[in-house]
Amino acid sequence: MSDSVDVIVVGAGPAGSCAAIVAARAGLSVVLLERGPFAGSKNMYGGVIYARMLDELIPKWWEQAPIQRWVTRRSTMLLTDTQALTVDFRTDAWGEAPYNGATAYRPDFDNWLAGHAEAAGAQLLTSTTVTGLLRDSAGSNRTGAIVGVRTDRPAGDLRARGVIACDGVNSLLAKEAGLYEHTDAKHFTLGVKETLALPKEVIDERFGVRDREGVDIEIIGGTGMINGGGFVYTNLDTVAVGVVLKLSKLAAQSLRPEQVIAGLKANHAIAPLIEGGEVKEYSAHLIPEAGLEMMPKMTANGMLVAGDAAALCLAAGIWLEGVNFAIASGMYAGETAVDAIRAGDVSARGLAGYQKRMRTTFVLKDHRKLRRAPALVLSDRVQHLYPAMVANVAERMFRVDNPQPKPGLRRIFAQERKRAGVRRRDLIRDAWTGFRSYG
Amino acid sequence: MAGTRSDWVGDYFMETMAATEFRVHPDAHIVVDGTVCADCTTRQCIVACPANLFVPTTDGGIVFNYEQCFECGTCYLVCNHEGAITWNYPAGGHGVVFRRT
Repeated sequence: MSDSVDVIVVGAGPAGSCAAIVAARAGLSVVLLERGPFAGSKNMYGGVIYARMLDELIPKWWEQAPIQRWVTRRSTMLLTDTQALTVDFRTDAWGEAPYNGATAYRPDFDNWLAGHAEAAGAQLLTSTTVTGLLRDSAGSNRTGAIVGVRTDRPAGDLRARGVIACDGVNSLLAKEAGLYEHTDAKHFTLGVKETLALPKEVIDERFGVRDREGVDIEIIGGTGMINGGGFVYTNLDTVAVGVVLKLSKLAAQSLRPEQVIAGLKANHAIAPLIEGGEVKEYSAHLIPEAGLEMMPKMTANGMLVAGDAAALCLAAGIWLEGVNFAIASGMYAGETAVDAIRAGDVSARGLAGYQKRMRTTFVLKDHRKLRRAPALVLSDRVQHLYPAMVANVAERMFRVDNPQPKPGLRRIFAQERKRAGVRRRDLIRDAWTGFRSYG
Repeated sequence: MAGTRSDWVGDYFMETMAATEFRVHPDAHIVVDGTVCADCTTRQCIVACPANLFVPTTDGGIVFNYEQCFECGTCYLVCNHEGAITWNYPAGGHGVVFRRT
C-alpha cells in the first residue's frame, strides 16, 4: 500500500461516502477507509435521516435506499413523571416521494451509500483503522502539509494529494491536525438507545400507522435531573427508545445511562408503546451537540474535515439533524478537493472554497441562525422548570373542576409560573432567545 | 438487596449488552492507568460509561474492561486526570459492530 492516490477519505459514514462519490465521479483516484468490518458498522443515531441532499448524487434515491419507515407522524412531547403534553403532527405528504424523513438502521443506510462510492470508482478498504497523519517532510511534524495517513495495515502508509477527514465525532485526525482548540465534555451529549423487537402489526396499531408510515417522537423531560431529552421512533419491526444526556451533567450525578432509559420506559406515556418488546441491541454514541460554539477549523494544508468530525450536527430541540449535514459537507468537501487538485493548490488557502460552500448553504446558515438554540434547549429552565409548568397549565385548562367556575388561562398561567419558580424576566428572556432562533 | 429496582435494571442491562455484537481484539484499545485513578475523587467515568466498563476495585483503583466498549469517547471527555486514559480505536475490523437487517 505504498502507492499514492489523489484523495484519501477517512471514514465511510455519510460524509465520507458522499465525498468519495463526488471526487471519484470527477475522475480522481479515491481510497475510502473504514475501520469497521463494513461501512456503517460503527454508526448509530437517534432516529431520522433527511436525505434530500442526495437528489443531486443519486436521483430517486428513495426508490433504492434501505430505509425502514417514512416518518409521516412527528411528535414533540413535554414529559414529566406523571404528565405528557404532545404536539403531534401527521401528513400524508411525507409518505410520498420525495418524502421528508426516514428511519433506518445506519449500518444498512451507510453501507448502501458506500456502495455508491464504490460504484463511482472509489476503492473502499474496510477493517482499516487510520492511526495518524503523514506530513510533508519539508515542514515540521506539527505544521507540515498533510500528505497522507498511517493505517494499521501491514506497510500501511498511504499518500495522497488531499485527505478528507470524516472520522466521526471523536475525530482524532482533526485533533492531530490542530483544528480543535480544545474539547470539552460540556459540548457533547451521549446518546444511548435500545432497539426493541415487536411484530409489525403491533407497531402499526400502537403508533397509528400502516405500511411504510413511521413515527418519530422527540421528548423534552424524562431524563430526571440530567439535562437532555428522549426519543422513540419506529422501524419496520422494531421500536427504538433512547435518551440523549448532556455529558457534563451525566458525569456529575449518580444515575447511570441505562437507568435513565429504564425511567423513560417506565413512564406511563411511553410504557404502552414498547411493552413486550424484546431487546435486539443496545448502542451508544456521542453527539457534537454545541453547534457553532464547538466547531473546529475545517481546513488544514492538505486536509478537509466533514460531518460529525467537524461538529456539523444540529441539536435545536424541534430540529434534530446530522446525517443531512454529513451528506452536504461531504459533498462540498469532495467538490472542493476536486477543484483544488485540478488547480494544483491543496493548501488551506487553496481549500478555502469549502468554507464558502458551507457558508452560503444551509450547512452553516442553519447553524448560524440557530446558534443560541442548543444552549437554550439544554438550559436548566427549559429542562427542569418549563415542562412541569406547561403541563400543569394544560392539566388545569382541560380539567373540569365543577362546581368551581372555569378560571381564565391568564390566571392559570401566572399561578403556574410562580409555582414552578420561574421568574417573569427569565421567561421573557428565554422567549426572546427562542423567537430570535426559531422565528 | 435482591429484587430491588436497581438489581432489575442491572439484570436487564446485562441482557441488553449481550444482545450487541463485539468482535473483540486480543489487545485493549483503551488503556487506563490505575495509579492515576487511585488519586481521583470524582470518578465520573464509572457513572458515565454507557457500557459500564469502569469498575472500582477494593484497593481504591479502577479496572477497565475493554471487551464491550462502544468506542464512544465518553470516558476521556469526562476524565479530568491527565494521562489516566489512553484512548484509541480498536484495530481495523474489531470492536463494536452495530446490527443491520
